[in-house]
Amino acid sequence: MRVEVNGQNREFAAGATVADVLAEFGRPGTGVAVALDGAVVPRASWPRTPLRDGARVEVLTAVQGG
Amino acid sequence: MSETLDRTAVTADPLLIAGRELRSRLITGTGGAGNLVVLERALIASGTELTTVALRRMDAEGGTGVLDLLRRLGIEPLPNTAGCRTAAEAVLTARLAREALRTNWIKLEVVADDRTLLPDPVELLDAAEQLVADGFVVLPYTNDDPVLARRLEDAGCAAVMPLGSPIGTGLGIRNPHNIEMIVSAAGVPVVLDAGIGTASDAALAMELGCDAVLLATAVTRAQDPERMAAAMRAAVEAGRLARLAGRIPRRYWAQASSPEL
Repeated sequence: MRVEVNGQNREFAAGATVADVLAEFGRPGTGVAVALDGAVVPRASWPRTPLRDGARVEVLTAVQGG
Repeated sequence: MSETLDRTAVTADPLLIAGRELRSRLITGTGGAGNLVVLERALIASGTELTTVALRRMDAEGGTGVLDLLRRLGIEPLPNTAGCRTAAEAVLTARLAREALRTNWIKLEVVADDRTLLPDPVELLDAAEQLVADGFVVLPYTNDDPVLARRLEDAGCAAVMPLGSPIGTGLGIRNPHNIEMIVSAAGVPVVLDAGIGTASDAALAMELGCDAVLLATAVTRAQDPERMAAAMRAAVEAGRLARLAGRIPRRYWAQASSPEL
């Protein structure tokens, strides 16, 4: 299935979860937050939150600013 | 002035925001620094205990360098909602920041356009109400409008942060009277946020009665950021002391300070 991750299309196997998206970012320990289709997914829920075809995932972290 | 008074006056006068005690009344930003080495020196020289960070899309390398730096220096990160144009965007960004940084403090920014970066008052108040209801400690970047400041306080914000002039302009405090009106009416801390260009601007903010100053580019884009950070620290302390000391009234004509002949 196709999932948009930070604005780029990616292919994931059926049954993939938010945790599989984070694997592509090296499974960061802290300082990261995920939104799935505009709603926050708490870290504890990543492994049990399934992706669907056409989903939009945002993976964000803190950077210099303000 | 004695050394004792000098030290006591500065250290025994903490800033209280939402029950948290901050010994430094200078809140800094991390934006604009050329690299993390320059930023680190400036942060140390500033003496700050609270520093803003922004939230952006992670790249594949997944670096969190600025957070590691703040943790090492013992400085609390204050996430912002920079770049948000609507209440909905700002609320989602704040919730993501809470998840990423494990803090319910948020510097709320909802700007109207790129040219002015001025706060959009309608979206700002809407976002503030939603975030307060969601348990956030909301620190809104606001216009220098006493009425909007009052509305934000009524909405439950933990501080109000009026601009001196637009972000990054370094034009200082364009409407000192408005800042004084905001201070005189506020029941929460007032933080002068945006527009500071040099040390005298920061001192003036404190002399007008602001409880703290938030600045970034005035330090990070100065020719010598570390030295400017030290200047801002001194200016904020000097302005605070002058405010507490109580300045003399302005007079039209001269008044001799020596005894008459």
